[in-house]
Amino acid sequence: MKKIGFANEETAVMELSRLYSKYGFRHYKMSKFEEYELYSQNKDFLIGNTVLAFTDTNGALMALKPDVTLSIVKNSNDTFIEPEKVYYSENVYRVDKGTHRFKEILQMGLELIGEIDTYSAGEVIMLAKMSLNAISERNILDISHMGFLQGLLENVNLSNRKMNRIIECIRSKNTLEMQAVCKEFGIDFNTANALSALTGIYGSFEKCIGELKNISVNDTTEKAVDELQNIYNYLKTCGCSNGINLDFSIVNDLHYYNGIIFNGFVEGVPNAVLSGGRYDNLMRKFGKKSGALGFGVYLDQLERLMCSDEDFDFDVLILYDDNADLAFLAEQAKKLSANGESVRVQKNRGSFRYKKIFKITGDNIKEIEVDNL
Amino acid sequence: MINIALPKGRLGEKVLDIFEKSGYDCPAIHEQNRKLVFENEKNGVRYFWVKPSDVSIYVERGAADIGVAGKDILLEYSPDVYELYDLDIGKCRMAVAACKNFRDNPERTLRVATKFPNIAQNYYSRKGRDIDIIKLNGSIEIAPVLKMSDVIVDIVETGTTLKENNLEPIETIVHISARLISNKVSYKFKHGEIITLEKNIKDFCAKRKDI
Repeated sequence: MKKIGFANEETAVMELSRLYSKYGFRHYKMSKFEEYELYSQNKDFLIGNTVLAFTDTNGALMALKPDVTLSIVKNSNDTFIEPEKVYYSENVYRVDKGTHRFKEILQMGLELIGEIDTYSAGEVIMLAKMSLNAISERNILDISHMGFLQGLLENVNLSNRKMNRIIECIRSKNTLEMQAVCKEFGIDFNTANALSALTGIYGSFEKCIGELKNISVNDTTEKAVDELQNIYNYLKTCGCSNGINLDFSIVNDLHYYNGIIFNGFVEGVPNAVLSGGRYDNLMRKFGKKSGALGFGVYLDQLERLMCSDEDFDFDVLILYDDNADLAFLAEQAKKLSANGESVRVQKNRGSFRYKKIFKITGDNIKEIEVDNL
Repeated sequence: MINIALPKGRLGEKVLDIFEKSGYDCPAIHEQNRKLVFENEKNGVRYFWVKPSDVSIYVERGAADIGVAGKDILLEYSPDVYELYDLDIGKCRMAVAACKNFRDNPERTLRVATKFPNIAQNYYSRKGRDIDIIKLNGSIEIAPVLKMSDVIVDIVETGTTLKENNLEPIETIVHISARLISNKVSYKFKHGEIITLEKNIKDFCAKRKDI
């Protein structure tokens, strides 16, 4: 099993909180419930669009939060003078892909709302990278920019359904199908080639940014390239540019996300453990003018890595019976646990695994042979 | 080491042949024994056979870094994987078939028997047709014969089975072939190995097409 920086969810939350507060982000605590309407109006923003809803005592339809970002955006004061820098660790409720039942997931995340320039964007992405570093040394942060795709498709008019098929091809890096789909939709040759090339871009930032420049077609794509380059330069000055890759197979919903987007991975977990991006478009949907950038860390994904696969349930088992001297028993248990060992006292052996076993009869303690190995 | 999930059966044998001829041979896999996993440390591959419809699950969950799955499986389950290459083998089509002389009555809900409920549902909802799906696990052809369903949605290779049951294909939904797929995270952490393998296989397949 690969080594991971945290022993369990609690320490992960503690350590990440410490990291975020060090950079002046403040803890954001929210209520458990939101009005259902918030989610029904922004269904596409949610991962899996099912919401756990219930009726409150006053008849209002409420929901258990499936997502935290929407609440933060809704409540943001939208002043440019004072940007909001917040982090959260909250339980969210989503439908599990496998069981199709609701599941409670502990999610941590960080949001920056206000004016977003190279420094502040760089800081958020640096914190994303540092979060990954804290989880595991073997990690990768893939970044992409929605502006590039938007630029490429600027002069192409596509229905939502067609757009989704293009995005599907990009997400699955399916170059062949991309060519077929472009042909079917009557997308011109140059754009089709650029889309195919974009689909294939993956690798270290320094290697791939050149490839990206080669297929840049207009001001919008140019701007996206510059923004990526600036942020990368910033990360480099912070010493955080290791394991930063360009990956244009990341595409989020165009209705919510606009600028830079990113996903984080650690070895041993087959899904992204961190994901985020710039979501000014979501702010506009709420009638707010500020920019917004943030990410979430999916701590539930780390569970399998965090659980230490220990061979024993506890170190010492003490057996006693009805004749045992309780004061003596308590004293022995205390003595044995004094040097940090876990001691369990009970009457029967059970099916546990332990390193040592003692038996107490009256005021007499006797070690017996361990037979559970 | 790259873990490769191969689909059991005739298609899998062909796939293994392509992999082996592309430089990823594995003598252990040809030995007669009860082993489940076959490894060749020299060229860094570990093969295992799984049920064809499970390949995408093994790849999506990262137990296999890459695998080969039919496009039918990818369309039906939409696993979150990269689809790297069309191996151009195992070619067939997903089609709607019905009894000879079948007349579709649009006034009634169409009863569709299939092993591929998602593909059938998507196809008919694009056409705006209301359907009733009857999910079966095999011998689909019998459903329209017994009048349990009006049509079936199934894979058609030569059409012989259909003909024998007095059925005929009436519409083609999509053409199917075997695809090389990769786990998204493996693609990142084993990038060098996977793109080399992808390239070797592409080169071999291109050469084979020339002949």
